[in-house]
Amino acid sequence: MIEEVGYAALVLAFALALYGAGAAASGAKRQRPELVESARRAMLLSWPLISVAALAIIALLVSGRYDVEYVAKVTSSTMPTYLKVTALWGGQAGSLVFWSWLMAAFASAAGLRRWDRDRDLLPWVIVVTMVTLAFFLSLVIFVENPFRRLWLDPLGNTLTAFLRPAGARPLVPTDGQGLNPLLRHPGMVIHPPMLYLGFVSFVIPYAFAIAALVERRTDDRWIRVTRRWTLVAWLFLALGLILGGRWAYDVLGWGGYWGWDPVEIAAFMPFLSGTAFLHSVMVQEKKGMLKHWNVLLIILTYALVMFGTFLTRSGVLSSVHAFAQSAIGPMFFAFIGITSIVSVRLLLDRWGSLRGENQLNSLISRESLFLLNNFLFIIILAVCFLGVIFPLASELFTGQTVTVGPEWYERITGPLFAGLLLLMGIAPLSAYGSSSWRLLGRQLWVPGAASLLVPAGLLLSGVQNWAAVLGYWLAGLVALVTLYEFWRGAVARHRRHGERLPVALVRLAGRNRRRYGGYIIHLGVVLMALGIIGIELFQTQTQGTLARGEQLSLGRHVLVYEGLTQFTTPDGREISRAEVSVYKNGRFEGQLFPRQDFFVAANQPMTIPGVRSTLEEDLYVLLVGWEPIAQQGATFKVFDNPLVNFVWLGGVVFILGTLVAAWPDRETAPVRRRVPAGAWVSGD
Amino acid sequence: MLLGVLVVLVGVAIFPSRAVAQENPPTDDEVNAIAKGLYCPVCENVPLDVCPTLACKQWRDTIREKLALGWTKAQIEQYFVEQYGDRVLAAPPPHGLNWAVYLIPPAAFLVGVAVLVGAMRAWRRPPIQPRQTEQPTIEDPYLRRVEQELQERA
Repeated sequence: MIEEVGYAALVLAFALALYGAGAAASGAKRQRPELVESARRAMLLSWPLISVAALAIIALLVSGRYDVEYVAKVTSSTMPTYLKVTALWGGQAGSLVFWSWLMAAFASAAGLRRWDRDRDLLPWVIVVTMVTLAFFLSLVIFVENPFRRLWLDPLGNTLTAFLRPAGARPLVPTDGQGLNPLLRHPGMVIHPPMLYLGFVSFVIPYAFAIAALVERRTDDRWIRVTRRWTLVAWLFLALGLILGGRWAYDVLGWGGYWGWDPVEIAAFMPFLSGTAFLHSVMVQEKKGMLKHWNVLLIILTYALVMFGTFLTRSGVLSSVHAFAQSAIGPMFFAFIGITSIVSVRLLLDRWGSLRGENQLNSLISRESLFLLNNFLFIIILAVCFLGVIFPLASELFTGQTVTVGPEWYERITGPLFAGLLLLMGIAPLSAYGSSSWRLLGRQLWVPGAASLLVPAGLLLSGVQNWAAVLGYWLAGLVALVTLYEFWRGAVARHRRHGERLPVALVRLAGRNRRRYGGYIIHLGVVLMALGIIGIELFQTQTQGTLARGEQLSLGRHVLVYEGLTQFTTPDGREISRAEVSVYKNGRFEGQLFPRQDFFVAANQPMTIPGVRSTLEEDLYVLLVGWEPIAQQGATFKVFDNPLVNFVWLGGVVFILGTLVAAWPDRETAPVRRRVPAGAWVSGD
Repeated sequence: MLLGVLVVLVGVAIFPSRAVAQENPPTDDEVNAIAKGLYCPVCENVPLDVCPTLACKQWRDTIREKLALGWTKAQIEQYFVEQYGDRVLAAPPPHGLNWAVYLIPPAAFLVGVAVLVGAMRAWRRPPIQPRQTEQPTIEDPYLRRVEQELQERA
């Protein structure tokens, strides 16, 4: 019964999405507001319907209905309830329903806003969001039905179908396979929803951009309306990427957080184009320039969102993330192709009317530097895209599969990221419009000169890695320029209003959240850069097999193997847990317990590191014996990850900065009039 | 005969074989230094030095054996390539279509620079409809004032 209700809700939502798209387009073309309003209501109704379907799946997951194929695949009786609930997005079909649910929620939120000023945009926003929603619902209704049940045909073969096949009888397994062990981690519970939220949020600015194109609006209204949506999308994508990195660090046992895995890159690419977009829209708002470029960037971001979902959901790539394999690839491919072609065609049709309203006066003006920033982001994006698709192209054209590993990405993108850091150090000091080298030099010399202390200090302390010296100098420059900007603004307020400096600083940020939120984000990037350079260039590692009481050295650290315990857990894990004492410079620092969890049912090992974290470094210890280990000896792999915690610290600052930038401005309080009791005022 | 033996001995003395067995067994770090740049076909995108599967452990054991026999890193990589194809390497070897991954990025950069320079030149021409004033926002007067004060102080 539950599955019938859930499936019916999905079908109804699909029909409503199709109706909404058609009615909105028809209403806009035939100037019939009642049709548009009907479409809007259809859009608003889609969310509760998909909520019913999602709740039905959760009910099946929690109640252990293993006769439903999806439930049998992603849950087992030993899983805790919270993991059963989050298994909604742990498998292919459920995650597509979850995507649709978020899409419907965001579309409804857009539909509930006040449309007084943008009535012409509303129908086309409905069309774009409902077409996207209909596409995802079609995937779950026709290909990846989460309510499909297991059956046994008369010959004893297992079948999967929503309706009972002729002659078949229900198959009810006693237990399910359970969620992929790698996904049973708090970070991985939150990571996919964050990424999906980021992906789905980007559909809204895209929808407004397309609406503006259809309606031949050449102003920046669509950008102003969707600025917060874009920031929210960007925030969630950033959160998803950071959480994914933390998950990889904690669970995958690589000793790092970013492996340039194709699916990591699939989420990173829309983040890159979205970041370029966030910068370039400021130029359009201030100067009326880059109109074509901004539309193109949001079309690209939408296409990359779809491409990212395609990569993770189609099984076209094999990686630690791409657990799912299904037949939805061609449908995705067609949808990406059609939406991209239609969008670009629309942009080309409107090309003439979208010409800039201003000219570029200086090569070092703010808008020129933003253009350079966009150029670097897009080149990094192109490199990422090439790295992801090249193995597929090679297989397609030569039959030979190749690997494009981290070294290739790092060698090419490293200088580009350095270029971005340099721009982050210069651009905040440049002005819109006319600017000169002399003016910029006057602004830059104080923080620029101070930043030279960083490389000088590093060289004096014996650091000889030129890439590290350059990277830390650039990070220092950005930090000083950003702090200098805060200082200048606060001092200006202090002098003008007599405010104390801390108060002036807070009010400064409060009065222009976008600008100072952006600066806080830059500070977050600086902190992350410290960590990234630290782990990339100064990570050391060693490995050794120790008998009990023996020791292994890495730099200033000494590890002593104390012993190993093995036990099983009620959720089906065989755990081997080592006990290691850690000494640094001869002083006892504490004990670590690196372990291997072997999930028997899934036949999958999971390596959980023992980590001793300080701001200076992480000592990251892995137990790397995959065969039954004798109690007397074990093999350890030890990493010293300098400054890695700055990555997480920077991530927190980054998110805080985005929240500041995206925080809604205080509405101007309406003037209230005193009205005598019982009086009637027009408009009240 | 004697001359032949002498030639061989001189040849061995002048051109010692590179494949000389190691006296000490290879350390884990030596094995991992090579494993770090290899990927097994099953565990795609997980480098061999950190891959926890049994198959990858066997590969690491193979590297250890080869190192013990005195093989170089290049010889060991070549061995795995011959066994499993180019996909075991961390980056595509530069031949045939693989050149694309090395040539496209710099080419894209140069094309991008050309497009950027072209766009900047085009935008430096007089505009069609110069925007008279910027759209006023709540913050702008304040920002202008701050900038103005800073200019005055500079």
